Amino acid sequence: MELLRSLQITLAEEVLSISGLVLLLVAAWGGDKASRLISILSVAVLTVCALIAAPALCGSAMGPDVTAFSGQYRADAFAAFAKLLIYAGAGVTLIVAPAFFDRVRAMRAEFPLLVLFAALGMGIMVSAGDLLALYIGLELNSLASYVLASMLRSDERSAESGLKYFVLGSLASGILLYGVSLTYGFTGTTSFEGIRLALSHGLTTGATFGVVFVLAGLAFKISAAPFHMWTPDVYEGAPTPVTTFFATAPKVAALSLLMRVSLEAFGTQAHAWQQIVIFAALLSIVIGALGAIGQNNIKRLMAYSSINNVGFMLIGLACANQPGAAAMLIYLAIYVAMSVAGFVAVLMLKDADGEPVEAISDLAGLSKTRPGLAAALAAVMFSLAGIPPLFGFWGKFVVFQAAVQANLLALAAIGIAASVIGAFYYLKVVKVLYFDDATDKVTGKSDVAHTVLLVIATLFISPLGYLLTNWLHVLAGNAAAALFHVA
Amino acid sequence: MIGIEHYVIVSAILFVLGVLGIFLNRKNVIILLMAIELILLSVNLNLVAFSVFLHDLVGQIFAMFVLTVAAGEAAIGLAILVIYFRGRGTIAVDDVNRMKG
Repeated sequence: MELLRSLQITLAEEVLSISGLVLLLVAAWGGDKASRLISILSVAVLTVCALIAAPALCGSAMGPDVTAFSGQYRADAFAAFAKLLIYAGAGVTLIVAPAFFDRVRAMRAEFPLLVLFAALGMGIMVSAGDLLALYIGLELNSLASYVLASMLRSDERSAESGLKYFVLGSLASGILLYGVSLTYGFTGTTSFEGIRLALSHGLTTGATFGVVFVLAGLAFKISAAPFHMWTPDVYEGAPTPVTTFFATAPKVAALSLLMRVSLEAFGTQAHAWQQIVIFAALLSIVIGALGAIGQNNIKRLMAYSSINNVGFMLIGLACANQPGAAAMLIYLAIYVAMSVAGFVAVLMLKDADGEPVEAISDLAGLSKTRPGLAAALAAVMFSLAGIPPLFGFWGKFVVFQAAVQANLLALAAIGIAASVIGAFYYLKVVKVLYFDDATDKVTGKSDVAHTVLLVIATLFISPLGYLLTNWLHVLAGNAAAALFHVA
Repeated sequence: MIGIEHYVIVSAILFVLGVLGIFLNRKNVIILLMAIELILLSVNLNLVAFSVFLHDLVGQIFAMFVLTVAAGEAAIGLAILVIYFRGRGTIAVDDVNRMKG
């Protein structure tokens, strides 16, 4: 009975893994010719999984009702919120990828499968209720991601980014795992609830080391400073659809996992990790803002922008309370939309031969040659900078509001000041787009799927997005409440 | 009498050696892979030692999972290394610098 109940709760993961394996067989027999079919089926599978996961978001079922496999797995509202964002990110990747890879004849049947397995790993990550499930999910996601980064085998930059991602990612997993082993040793358990209980009596030195190592390992995965150095290289070198994937789904998964671990497992010792999170948040904001200045590759610029944005999200975590967590989730949802819009726009920047255009200086005068694309890119830049009429502002606003309510005035003040510095390079891109002399580099035709996705994502981050705020607040509130039900 | 502290200290030394191996090594990417394995093994030593100390089986089960994942990780690492070598003809760490900034 217990097994059947557990299998029922983990249905989304089962569907994903079984269909992933079946599609793997299709790929083995069909070869690369079947890649289009597998992509379409994979998107369908992700949609089905999203439909399975979604009901948990609206319900308020908590505790034992949603716990499977004696506490290893949890399908609560928080996991559902993160999973919907993850499946959306993975789905977008699968939709935009064929047009990109077909041009260089590198659309391989493994690509959609690797994305599916990465999504499966991320689903396990956000649902983990135990350090063991956390590790398995994280590795399933990471191993698939390393291969995805080096997918364009003929391109030296892609292989190099895969190698860098692999070495630094494995180091991060190692650091995380060392923290896990110390946490296990000094608390005597690997379940989040058990750790919470054990730590409620106080923190031993060994357990402190465990907490610090676990947080450092996760900071690597979310590319928070001072563990951000792989991000620009991997974002630049990986094929652009893969970069779209990295900027959305794994970021959501790792940030959600960080929230789950720090607020649930280490929740009773919030003061111990709060300073670490505040430090990482400030450093990420500043490094993200300063590092982006002077970059001429738009993918690198987006990488620094993602470091910067992770810093803002960590401000929400630093509050260590329910409004802070809800604000962070709202920011996360808006950030995913901004990333999708930004990278799909980057994918559409092609010259007459269909070669991707990545240098910002080549975008000069885009507003005259491709007004729609330039407007979308400008909207993304303004939104990332957090300039009011756009939806990106709302994410920053709720996070700072939560910080002020949690008496983190200094953190909020520094964050706002740094976001002004950050606005400099976003506005520089807009200046190049609208006021520089046209170079007429970007003349390639765009795929219909790209255009549709860009329009949807841009509408979401446009002022029209504010129509969704009520709805987004309810969902994020529900998800955050699930994290705090034990507290 | 060898106690739990000894195991933890040995494992900490192995871990530090692994991390240093990644950051100080300027020669060869294969050595990076070995350093990563060293880190994972130090974790395993920790897990098994704690498992015996706590009379709790979870640590040993965890060590099994770590071993399995480490094998997969090494396979993927070597595969990426092979395609990297095919493109560049070198696996020296100092040459991994096509992208900078």
